[in-house]
Amino acid sequence: MGREQGSSRRILSIWLAAFAIDRWRLGEGCTRGEGADAQPLVLITETAHGPRIQSANIAARNAGARIGTMLADARTLCPSIVAVPADPAGDLAELEKLAAWAMRWGPWSALDPPDGLLVDVTAVAHLFGGEAKLLADVHHAFDTRGFAIRAAIAPTAGAAWALAHYGPDRSILAPPSPSSLRATGGSAAIQSSERNRPGSPRGCAPRDDGGGRDAPRDASWMEARLSDLPVAALRLDDDVLTVLRRLGLKRLGELGTVGRDALHRRFRNRKSPAANPLVRMDQLLGRVPEPLLPVVPRQVPLVQRRLMEPIRHRALLDTVLGDLAADMVRELEGAGQGARRLDLGLWRVDGEVAVKTLELAAATRDAAHIVRLFGEKLDDIDAGFGIELVRLRASWAEPLPANQADIEAAAQRHGTSLAAFVDRLTTRLGPKAVRRPVLKGSHLPERSQGWQPALDPEPPSQESLRFHARPLKLLDRAEAIAVLYATPDGLPQRFRWRGEVHEIARVEGPERIAPEWWRERGTARLRDYYRIEDDTGRRYWIYRYGIAGDGRGGAPEWFLQGLYA
Amino acid sequence: MIPDAFDTAADLASVSQAERWRPGLGAVAQSEIFASGCEGSGAGAALALALDAWRSRPRAEGEEVEDRRGVVWVQTRAAVKRGGRPFRPGLPPEIRHRLIHVIAEKDEDALFALEEAVRCRDIAFVIGEIVGSPRALDFTASRRLTLAAERHGIPLTLVRLDGTRDLSSARQRWAVQAAPSARPQWNRQAPGVPAWQAELFRARSHPPGTWRLSEDAGRLVVERGNTPEIRPIPIRRARHRNLVNPKISVRAEPVEALSFTLVGATPEERAALRQAQGER
Repeated sequence: MGREQGSSRRILSIWLAAFAIDRWRLGEGCTRGEGADAQPLVLITETAHGPRIQSANIAARNAGARIGTMLADARTLCPSIVAVPADPAGDLAELEKLAAWAMRWGPWSALDPPDGLLVDVTAVAHLFGGEAKLLADVHHAFDTRGFAIRAAIAPTAGAAWALAHYGPDRSILAPPSPSSLRATGGSAAIQSSERNRPGSPRGCAPRDDGGGRDAPRDASWMEARLSDLPVAALRLDDDVLTVLRRLGLKRLGELGTVGRDALHRRFRNRKSPAANPLVRMDQLLGRVPEPLLPVVPRQVPLVQRRLMEPIRHRALLDTVLGDLAADMVRELEGAGQGARRLDLGLWRVDGEVAVKTLELAAATRDAAHIVRLFGEKLDDIDAGFGIELVRLRASWAEPLPANQADIEAAAQRHGTSLAAFVDRLTTRLGPKAVRRPVLKGSHLPERSQGWQPALDPEPPSQESLRFHARPLKLLDRAEAIAVLYATPDGLPQRFRWRGEVHEIARVEGPERIAPEWWRERGTARLRDYYRIEDDTGRRYWIYRYGIAGDGRGGAPEWFLQGLYA
Repeated sequence: MIPDAFDTAADLASVSQAERWRPGLGAVAQSEIFASGCEGSGAGAALALALDAWRSRPRAEGEEVEDRRGVVWVQTRAAVKRGGRPFRPGLPPEIRHRLIHVIAEKDEDALFALEEAVRCRDIAFVIGEIVGSPRALDFTASRRLTLAAERHGIPLTLVRLDGTRDLSSARQRWAVQAAPSARPQWNRQAPGVPAWQAELFRARSHPPGTWRLSEDAGRLVVERGNTPEIRPIPIRRARHRNLVNPKISVRAEPVEALSFTLVGATPEERAALRQAQGER
């Protein structure tokens, strides 16, 4: 179908609209509007100015209690109101349980404190018979547990949150499919499974916008569908909402009318997403990613040995390490993975913990290789009074399919692979010792070459010009030389380098390389490069830094930068 | 299992001692090249010799036509300081994209890296650069490297910058210095393709000698040794030479065919002898 990458995610946002009150009522054991719930009741939090209402039941709301007002003000309206302290910590714990329970609708779920849940329902809706039926199932399940909810499904967490809080109930934000475009001329923008419900709150009726035809390539269709929501749907802080209200911006669509630059200037110092409407808007439209923390974390392979007797000697530690490596390889094999990073933790009897980390150039499941690499890192371990617990954790693992044992002729010679070679050198010589030269986009020789890890793929680069004869080796720092040359810009004839005088027999040049004005200071001078050969045949690459009379310093200096083969 | 890329002792015994070295004979397990640290000729000649051996390597049955293995260049920090580090635009085109550069702070680390490199099956050849004659590189270490290279069939060329010719088990030992290059055809004032004066002073299967090596169209060629003035080669002849079998066309005539080294001589005697031989 015509769905682009960004909208292929489907996030279900669940808003427990009266979470604290529902939880209190469940604790009391009464149904909605009966028993203790029949009386006006508010949950209060203590503030510096006295108790403030955090949430109120229906009877209290009918009696005039509003969330956020002081309890004393509510008491003047309704003297019989009952005040119960709120329990935010208990609410959060309950929300966490609900988040784990909500994984019945998707592979992972996240908390959305104080009273929301996010579930990833990408590609699972068909298990429930479609997204509308999925939402109905969600409502039914929460109703059974006694929680009042509003839920919505959208491509991003921000959009789902906005629709759950401010959109029509059970709204589904789906990209316009070509068939529906043809059929209706517009699109089924925000479908509400109970579209004609009279009690449908707060605006945002399905709109028939003509912009849907060219929409699916970007997020503009989402922007168009959500433009009627209030700015509070952006999950912003209260003071930011006040600022926006004073600016006269009430709906999401109006944010676009001001111009992005103006808003950016107004909120340029606000880095946190909750304080910056532009960041929130981009998150809502899926232009910037929004990291969500799943409530149940991903399991990493972990093996450990609790030792009956604390060990103090290296030979025993090596044995334990060998056992752990074998366990880890089995663990990884079962998961079809190979380790890229391994953390070895050593718990000492006296409470100290030493952690050694190993990074591998390629995913591996070779126990002997792991033992060998760790063996070099364990030389400086101080065992103290003994090590009682050794734990090996693969904090970074990559898929590595099981492969047949190497039966090629090369393996018969017992040669190691390139990745193992790089690993061994990196372990002993340091992470920056083994590298590969790559070309960089610069004309200055020392800048035109960069270094990257040996096994990284080569970045695309422009091939250098064929007629440039470059030296085989380049000095790390060009060395100053004294040169006899025909002023102001003639050919060099003789030079002294490292205490030795060279008579120049042949010379080619100059090749002029201008300074990179966008990177260097304005006083940087041009370079005239010469390829030279002295009377005994030694070939060098030298340059004159600057030219007489360029106004950027005194007489030009000469440097030797490269050595030809 | 010893691969057949190198000469085994039995092969060596059958090789006629009179056979002179020439390009295209194939790789030896370990060769050493002594050169000055103030010129790039050591690394240049090492690359040229290694590439020549690599090109003339016999292809095994079922092997890929294109050899995609990497090339490892190990340098100590002192060698980088003395002679710089490889510059990719100036490298031979065959190895530009496959060079793996290793920098070692100490000589022991460099020897470790060299040994690990010759043990790796995904590497075509190894080049090492070490300054002087460090204590770590004694005969035992040298022998260790040779055996490892022989066992795994990966040739190792060790460039010794400003080193003394101490005891070593390298199969070929060269002393290389830059030689005036041939004049290019279009700009006779410019430096030409690299040329080296190379002296093979110790070899297991060849008599010693001196050659003038240079690279011609990506091929290592030898010219008459010790010729001060090099006549430019006309295009037609150069083309013709490229077409014929290199083994026939090479005219290797070492000038110092009878140079030799005294095993038991003191350094002073050796220096005097070399002076008498007119060594530069």
